[in-house]
Amino acid sequence: MNPAAQTPEPAPAPAAPAISDAERAELRRQGILLTSIEELYNWGRSNSVWPLQFGLACCAIEMIAASMARFDIARFGSEVFRPSPRQADLLIVSGTVTKKMAPQVVRLWNQMPEPKYCIAMGACAISGGPFKQGYNVLKGIDRYIPVDLYLPGCPPRPEALLHGLMELQAKIRTQPLTGPAAPAHLRPGADGGECVIPDFGPHDLEPPHDPARWQPPRLIRTE
Amino acid sequence: MTAMEAIEQLHARLSARFPDAAPTVVLNPGPAAQHSLLVPATQARAIAEFLRDDPELQLDTCSNVTGIDWPEREVTETVRRTVTEPPAADAPPGTAPAAKVVEEKVRRVVPGHLEVVYHLYSVARGHGPVILRLRTGDRGEKVALPSLTPVWRACEFQEREVFDLFGVVFTGHPDLRRLLMWDEFRNHPMRKDYVEPDDYEWEPTPHDRILAQARRHYPVPPTGSGEPAPR
Amino acid sequence: MNPAAPPSRAGASVRAVQDPFHGDLLEVSMGPHHPSTHGVFRMIATLDGERIVRLKPVFGYLHRNHEKLGESTSYLASMPYTDRLDYLNSMTNNWAYALAVEKLAGQAVPERAEHVRILLAELTRLLNHTCLAGFLLQDTGCSGTPLMYAFREREAILDLFEALSGSRMMCNFQRFGGCRVDPSPAWMEAVSALVGRYDRFLDEYEELITGNEILLARTQGVGVLPAALAINAGITGPMLRASGVNHDLRRVDGYGLYPRFPFRIPLGDHGDTYDRYMVRMLEMRESLGILRAVLRDLPGGPIIDPKAKLRGFRPKPGEAYGRIEGPKGEIGFYLVSDGGPNPYRYRVRPPSLINLTVLEDLCLGHTVADAVIILGSIDIVLGEVDR
Repeated sequence: MNPAAQTPEPAPAPAAPAISDAERAELRRQGILLTSIEELYNWGRSNSVWPLQFGLACCAIEMIAASMARFDIARFGSEVFRPSPRQADLLIVSGTVTKKMAPQVVRLWNQMPEPKYCIAMGACAISGGPFKQGYNVLKGIDRYIPVDLYLPGCPPRPEALLHGLMELQAKIRTQPLTGPAAPAHLRPGADGGECVIPDFGPHDLEPPHDPARWQPPRLIRTE
Repeated sequence: MTAMEAIEQLHARLSARFPDAAPTVVLNPGPAAQHSLLVPATQARAIAEFLRDDPELQLDTCSNVTGIDWPEREVTETVRRTVTEPPAADAPPGTAPAAKVVEEKVRRVVPGHLEVVYHLYSVARGHGPVILRLRTGDRGEKVALPSLTPVWRACEFQEREVFDLFGVVFTGHPDLRRLLMWDEFRNHPMRKDYVEPDDYEWEPTPHDRILAQARRHYPVPPTGSGEPAPR
Repeated sequence: MNPAAPPSRAGASVRAVQDPFHGDLLEVSMGPHHPSTHGVFRMIATLDGERIVRLKPVFGYLHRNHEKLGESTSYLASMPYTDRLDYLNSMTNNWAYALAVEKLAGQAVPERAEHVRILLAELTRLLNHTCLAGFLLQDTGCSGTPLMYAFREREAILDLFEALSGSRMMCNFQRFGGCRVDPSPAWMEAVSALVGRYDRFLDEYEELITGNEILLARTQGVGVLPAALAINAGITGPMLRASGVNHDLRRVDGYGLYPRFPFRIPLGDHGDTYDRYMVRMLEMRESLGILRAVLRDLPGGPIIDPKAKLRGFRPKPGEAYGRIEGPKGEIGFYLVSDGGPNPYRYRVRPPSLINLTVLEDLCLGHTVADAVIILGSIDIVLGEVDR
């Protein structure tokens, strides 16, 4: 007889059940740290978001105020304002983007390495704000570059910038590292792609917006 | 001395000094009473140098330079004329012709021009402003004016700005380039007839002008075209 | 081969190099994204070795069409836009604009409002000069501490502005014929407390900075501006007074109620970067004196002329140029009315832009690192330079 036939097959080990966040938190309370690479990685990078030291207009002053002692952006790990886009993770578009400045902003964005994030700070960066009717004002930086977070205000208070930063951190923490929703630098073959840098035309920027990223809202009038 | 007397005095001095190209006084009807002098372009540089170097005036700094666009416009003026009517046929001979005041509406086309305004002050003597105005021939071809930058360096960037935004060409300017817009730009945006690039985006607004733009951008669809219900 | 050195503009000596081993001139574009250009300012410097032989500023990266917008909105609606001109000093911008419109329309201002205006203008001057001192030190490479100190005090002043007007930076506070809100007695007490302790801050700051050997070495003799050139180039404000020219519009024009409040005008001897810094530090002490006097003499009464018309405001045809002594220099507004609800012509006389006229003259012969300090001592805000 085949002895092997007599010994019962070992039952397959039950698949490790996915630990819910509540259980994980409970374990932590008992002194056992369980984590995943994804969580650890995102925890690390969400708490060291280095912004580009780049001010455009009024909002830049509030951005500086946020980095000063009273508001102290260092509590959130973002006090290291980098002068070079090559070392920065976060572009805070702080102020009015004029048409003369727009190509430079897009170029700075293109020079930043992945993973990178963009906060449109203030009404002007979102839509042109109070200067929307101006001939030289870009009506929102999202016409050329992808924006992760819109931060309204004219200018937003430093507390609002801190809140925006915390929201961005929450977004980073939930970003999966695999699959189609992963950041571009973790998807082989899928680079983030360079944004279109507009040219100075005789009357306006050319193109006036990047058609792949932005289209004017479609509205239907009834009257 | 009131502002009126001051400008009359200055005008008299300049007329005596420059008999061929005497400036004209432009009165300011508002409460500010800041009257100005309209200076002929040909003598503007010489007059400016005189104002700067004259020991009584010593207008050693030019505070503000700006352009104003006056497009061609049609004005309707009421003109009063005295018309003498020939005596009626049945009037007794020897009757004097009757004088009558007639009011007529006259439409007149004021040709367009660009104007550059200089506000001069004296730091040394603490008086001012003396306001100079220079006018171009029209808004198209004859837009050259003499630059006052060689007289006051303060005009350097401001004249460049007027060139950029209004299109006045300053002859004798050391570095006449666009100041604010990019070099490839082909228009003068502060002119009243400047048409902005159409980068319109819908917004809830109380401005009539923007709403009219919205109507152009979003026409009413023909009925039964299968468009989704409007929001 | 070496291109001929360009002709000097201000008589600064530029050596024409004949040495065959000498390298070519190097053109460096600083900005519009540069940490020390105070915004989106750009300058194209031509360098011979490390020395600047030519420097051309490039403007327009923050050209927000202020004047065009001012001509397409009503007089009152331009008031919040003036906040965003020189965004550190919204209160003085408001005052300059209100003053120009009051001249245009012949509008009277009650005494209490004039006092409050002086109060706010001098607080703004403190705010601006404090920030300038911080940024200037930042430009010399002293990263962090002085700016932190400056912003600590700035926050204290901004709290006052916020309590009064509802906004930290964009106060939108003046109206034609007075001010928007009447400050409460509690607010006045808070101002007194701030004025009372500001001297101590200045002492502390000066002890830390003013005698510092590095600051002296970096600023003395750097960027000397002769008085004659300063006047001819339309330079105004502390920069003109640092060159020894006794010209302060608070004294010359005597607008508002300034003739009632005595103050001294600090003047520089050399016109260099150090004098420009010192003049501002001394001006702050004088501002504190004015503030104390205003707090003592503040009368009662209405804060805005009861006959002032805000909505449907249509001044008679005419024009007016109104100017005040802003913290950066002479800020003026030139308005032309055609009798309509909007100004026909709305022009801002920007002190920051006109003070930059001499930037090249100041920088010739100096290094790039000095150019950064010189630019810092001119004290520009790009919202006002480009408008």
